[in-house]
This record gives sequence, C-alpha cells and structure tokens, in this order.
Amino acid sequence: MNRLVKRSVSNFFALKIPSKSLCTGVVKVPGSNVAEILNENEKKENTTSNSIQQYDIAIVGGGMVGMALASFLASMPMTKQLSVAIIDSNPALSGSMSIKKEDPPDPRVSTVTPATISFMKDAGAWKYVEQNRHAYFDKMQVWDYTGLGYARYNARDVNKDFLGCVAENKVLHSALLSCIQDSDFKRTIYPLRLNSMTLNRSSMSVVEENMSSRESSSAQGQCARLQLSDGNSIYAKLVVGADGGKSRVRELAGFKTTGWNYSQNAIICTVEHPSENRCAWQRFLPTGPIALLPIGDKFSNIVWTMSPTESNQRKSIAEEEFLKDVNSALDYGYGPHPTSSLSGTRDLFSWFQMDTTVSANESFEVPPKITKLVSERMVFPLSLRHANSYASKRVVLIGDAAHTVHPLAGQGVNLGFGDAYSLSRIIAEGIALGTDIGEVNLLKKYEAERKPANISMMAILESFQKAYSVDFGPFNILRAAAFHGANYIPPLKRTIISYASGEQNFPVFL
Amino acid sequence: MALNVTIHRILRHRRFLNSANSTLHLTNTRCFSHAPSPSPSQSSKANDKDPHSGPSSLKDNELAKFAAISDTWWDSEGPFKPLHLMNPTRLAFIRSTLCRHFKRDPYSTRPFEGLKIVDVGCGGGILSEPLARLGATVTGVDAVEKNIKIARLHADLDPTTSTIEYCCTTAEKLVEEGRTFDAVMALEVIEHVANPEEFCKSLAALTNPDGATVVSTINRSMRAYATAIVAAEYILHWLPKGTHQWSTFLTPEELAMILHRAGINVEEMAGFVYNPLTGRWLLSDDISVNFIAFATKSQNAI
Repeated sequence: MNRLVKRSVSNFFALKIPSKSLCTGVVKVPGSNVAEILNENEKKENTTSNSIQQYDIAIVGGGMVGMALASFLASMPMTKQLSVAIIDSNPALSGSMSIKKEDPPDPRVSTVTPATISFMKDAGAWKYVEQNRHAYFDKMQVWDYTGLGYARYNARDVNKDFLGCVAENKVLHSALLSCIQDSDFKRTIYPLRLNSMTLNRSSMSVVEENMSSRESSSAQGQCARLQLSDGNSIYAKLVVGADGGKSRVRELAGFKTTGWNYSQNAIICTVEHPSENRCAWQRFLPTGPIALLPIGDKFSNIVWTMSPTESNQRKSIAEEEFLKDVNSALDYGYGPHPTSSLSGTRDLFSWFQMDTTVSANESFEVPPKITKLVSERMVFPLSLRHANSYASKRVVLIGDAAHTVHPLAGQGVNLGFGDAYSLSRIIAEGIALGTDIGEVNLLKKYEAERKPANISMMAILESFQKAYSVDFGPFNILRAAAFHGANYIPPLKRTIISYASGEQNFPVFL
Repeated sequence: MALNVTIHRILRHRRFLNSANSTLHLTNTRCFSHAPSPSPSQSSKANDKDPHSGPSSLKDNELAKFAAISDTWWDSEGPFKPLHLMNPTRLAFIRSTLCRHFKRDPYSTRPFEGLKIVDVGCGGGILSEPLARLGATVTGVDAVEKNIKIARLHADLDPTTSTIEYCCTTAEKLVEEGRTFDAVMALEVIEHVANPEEFCKSLAALTNPDGATVVSTINRSMRAYATAIVAAEYILHWLPKGTHQWSTFLTPEELAMILHRAGINVEEMAGFVYNPLTGRWLLSDDISVNFIAFATKSQNAI
C-alpha cells in the first residue's frame, strides 16, 4: 500500500505541479519511477481511445424497474441533470413499439399496487398507462380448496377507490419510456449486453491506471468501467444492476445470493369471459395457487402454479380441455365452495361487530366462467432468490437482481418499483449534499431502507407457499381459521390490505 | 461579564491540567481574560518547530497523530468512518445556512457556484470535495503534508473536484498572504489547535466582510466525555485512542465568545446526534456533544 501511494503521489506531482503553484515546495518528488509507470500503462491502455464515454449512472437492464429508476431520476430537480446510460439489448427500448388497443392482452401482466401507481404518477408516467388497456380492481377474493376458508377484501374497507390495477408489462414499460422521452433527460441507450465490469476498489490504486491518457487522466478514476458486447467501454460513477433474476451485474460485482428453486412452474395466459371482471381472484389448490386477474374489457389473466410435469402437460393439451381444467380449478375442482356460516367462526369474532368492514358482509362468489383462451400458454419456473447485499462501492442492485419472489399476489414488480423509488430519492439526497453518488455509505442507506421491507414480503409469500404445500386435516383447519381471522377481524384486515397495497413497509399494526 | 469570568476560570483550570503537554499552555492561561493577552506572534512562534508552517496555532503532537493515519482518509470503513458518516449531516447544515445567507436557490444542484470557500484543516478532503461538487471554488488547507497529498490524489480522480486548490499551510499563513474567502469552514479542527482564540482571529481575518464562518467541534460536557472519548475511542474503537482530549474541548458558550471577540457573530447553532439503531447522524437542538455553529462577519467588523 505504501509503495502504491508513493508511486501514485509521484505520478500526480509529475502532472500537476505547474498548475498548483501554491503547493510547490511542499514535496520532494522522487521522479524516477514516473516514466516507468507511464510506459506500463501505455502498453496496457493502447487500444482504448480517448473517446470513452463517461456517465453519472449506468443502468444495466432497461426493463420496467430500470426504466422506472430512469423516469424517477428524470422527474426530480436534483437528479434530472444527471447523464444516464441504459444498457439493454431489448429492441423495444430503441424503436417506438406501438401498442394497439384492439390486440388481445399479452399474458405478461403486473398487478401494480396503489403505492406503485403513486410513484408513477409522481414521475408523470401513469397518464400513459391510462391511455392504454389497464384494469383497476376494487375487490379481491381469496379462498382455498378445502371449503373451510375464504376472505374477501373491498377497497371501501380502507376508504379507497381501488385495491390495485392490472396492466400489461409492455404498457407499463412503454409508459415509462414515453415519460423519459418527454423530458430533456440526458440518457443514452446502448442496445448491447454487459460483458465485464472493472470496479476500482481502492481509490489509490486507481491513480496508476489513470495515467494512461494524460488529458483525461482525472476523469475515470472515480468510475466503474463497463465493457459492452460490441467491444467498447463506458465509464460510470454508479452502476445500477436492474438486469433481473440472472443479473450479470450481481455476478460481476460478486454479490452472493441465498435462495432455492421451487419444484413448481407457473402457467400464464390471457382468457376471455362473457362479462367484465372487477375482482382479483385467488384460490389455493393443493398443487399451488391459481389467480384470475382482470385486465380490462372481457379479458382476464391466469397465473396458475403447479408441478413441472403438470405444467408441461397442461401447456400442450387442447384448448377446450385446458379451459375445462381452469374452470374446475376456479370452481368445484379439488373441493367444495366455502360458506361463511359453516364453522361458526363469524360468531367467534363477534366482539368486533362494532367495527365491521364492508366486505365482512359479502358472501362468497364464484369467479366468472372462462369461455376462450386468447393467448399462448407460457410456462415459467418459480424460484426465490435474495442478494445478501444490495450495495457496494459504485454498484447497487434493484428489482429482481436483488430479490426474485414467488409471483403470488403480483408483488415482485412492486418491490422493484419500491427499490427504484427509494434509490432515486437517496441519489437526490446525495447530490443535494455534494456526495459522490457511488459512495458506499450513501448506497448502504438505500440497502437499509429496502432490504428489511423486501425480506418481510418474501417471508410472507414464502410462508403462503409453504402453508399450501401441506394437505393435512388439522393443519387445514388452522389455515382456515387464519383465513377467517383475516376476513372478520377489521384491524387485521385493514393492515393486510394496506400492506399488500404497498402503503406500509411492514405488516404490523400502527 | 460574570459569564466571562466563570469561563475564564474554567479555562484556566483546564489549561493548567493540560500544561504538562506543552509549555505553551502556561503562557496562554490568561488568553480569555480581559487583560491584554500575549501577542500572537510571540506565543505561537515559541511552538513553531515546523520549518514551512510559519506562525501557527497548531500543536505538533496533534499533527503527528493525523500524519500516522492519513493513508486511510478515504477508506469508508477505516479510522475516519465516523467522519464519513457525519459528513452528510454537516453538509446539510452548511447547505441550508449558506443558501440562506448568500440567498442561493435551495433547489439548485450547484448552489455554491461562484462562492470562494476555504476548508481549514481539510484532512483528506472529506468536506472539500462535496463543497466543490456543490459549485464552490474551494481551497483546502491542512498542516499535515501527507493529508494534502492524499487529498490532492483523491480530488484528481473526479473532474468536478480536481479544481480544488490544496495547500499544506495554516490559517495563520493564509492570513499573512492576505487571502480572504466568502465562507470559512473549520470543522472538527478547533479542538486540535493549541490556541483557539488566535485560531478564531485567523478565521475572522480570512472571512470577507458579510461572509460566513462555520465551526464545528465537541462540547466539553460529561456526555461528550462519555460518548466522544470513552465510547468512541475505548469501547467502539471508532477513533484511535488519544484522538481527542476532553480538556481541550470548548463549550458552545466559549466558542461563541471567542468568535465574537474575533469579530464574528454566531447566528445559528445545531447539534449532531447519533442514532445507534440506524447508524446515522441527525441534526438536532441537542448541542451537548457534537455541535456546529454558523457565524457571520458584519460589514463594519475588520
């Protein structure tokens, strides 16, 4: 280290003495090794030109979460002057992909919570979502195959107009893109992939490398260097890994993850039914949950979790047979309909009568009958993965790169939006105080804000998953009792709704 | 007047306790009284062993302490970690007070554009760099040569901070050179100088008429002793042992008084409070441990 410092000190003085007259005489420079270092570096850096682009932030991955970060940054006075590079080989980013309202909905949809909607409204992106197909829902029904438990939630329980909104991922993505195009935000899109990344861990060792190009020597010292798939490189003060569950940034930066694959797949597809749907439905089956989410007009989206063998079989069977399976899974398949008076739990909670929620009086409903399959059936394996750390010097992870969750309740993308929002605020705060935006203390603030929130949501989704992987009499009753509690205890019910809406970071009573 | 006398007694007492360190302290025992104090040049020259630093209010042993750990200035997990963590909080105070005083747009990303600021005791440049990013024309001075080298190297890594002028010199020497600044920063420095009153006079001389001076330090309270010395140095090992000596700390009243005598008036004071749960520092009204003062120089003062 000492040697290193000495060498770099001499490098610096060799370059800077003329301009800093006040400092002359302060140090005696043993200039002997300057030339030697310059030679070394000249050899090493011969190939790189002086035209290497330098950015404040490089967002690797221009999906929904990456674009959300860009649009949040573009919308704030402290961050809108930042220069941002977005690295993604997805052609949707460069070309203006038109969305036709007449087309049947894409099966890739997200359920966005009121919290996410307000983030998008703040950034000015939500108005573009509203121009395309989207569906607000104000009711939710969750029940299970045993016929013992069900819970209904109504937006009026928490004095809201809606519980959430379902929109196609491409609608959300293009809304964020339009919002960035509206602004005079300095962004450059690289339709490429990230090959490798050089992070200068020690500020002192960096200096040596800098000596390569004398003119711009100072420019790159504080930066990460990203090598792209076309062979060119860019520099950035901060690299944001928004590149999904198989994050290359996470791998290159050496963040470890904890997680496992569920031996389960999810089938997703778009279906049609005779009348419009305003409710989100979820039923727990012994093989995994099935969800029916409204997507506007007479369309709904199916997310159905099952074993890999079942999913492969159901992907290939004829349409009528598949629809029969879906209708049975949403209706009488696997077990009877629940009835509210069945176990008398209603009376058990009667001491809460004074404070009932609207939905407590609603009885069980049967979801709409599916009449038509309007998209292909897509199969995705399910896994849970969490990065042990979200931030180090100059690198930060957001969205699925930091945490991949079970698609249950559609919380994945909302956690990602929460990350992007939090990171954008923390960058703004850093800029207001003159902080280097790649500084680890600043980025750790983001981690401290998001990690506990993400972990608790992951734990809840995981426990739902576990709770339904067991089919055992007494356990089923316990589970049903939990359902009843969630349906009939008003404070608990309100807490659940506001937690699921993203308004509360932790599922606690306040 | 009664306040002055009490403070004088306290100071004399602590100076006396501390006098074993340096003979200089004996000559300074009356420096806060109304009696004429020994002339600055006399008192500081006695202590001046550093050939290039000229008259100085600094202590040699303090310099040696910092030279020993200067390599680690920019290691956010190193000995200066507490300073790195406290830095955003100090900057929040500086940003708000300077924006108000110089009538700058608080929503600007570079609100200090065009302001000349000197960071006295800049160390590795932990404060100078953010000030430069906020648009200020920054001069960083430190009496430890090694600090200046580290600061220069680090600032050169970023074009926005490479404009900082770093000099291995002292506040006194800058005064001799006739330099003045719109704002003078002396953060966590005054507790390391031998003669706080002379130091404040230098800060005042460096401040332009209508300029601002910001000073932060540690209070000489029992809580400060418990937290800044016992906890931070001996229990948590945040700071190397011997970083601070309680007896050299100034209370907010003493600081305000010596600044006032130097011709600058404290207008606002805030405390820094550490939250052990979040690991963050917050600005608060509690000035019992760490505190920061914003002072201005009125036009008629010299």
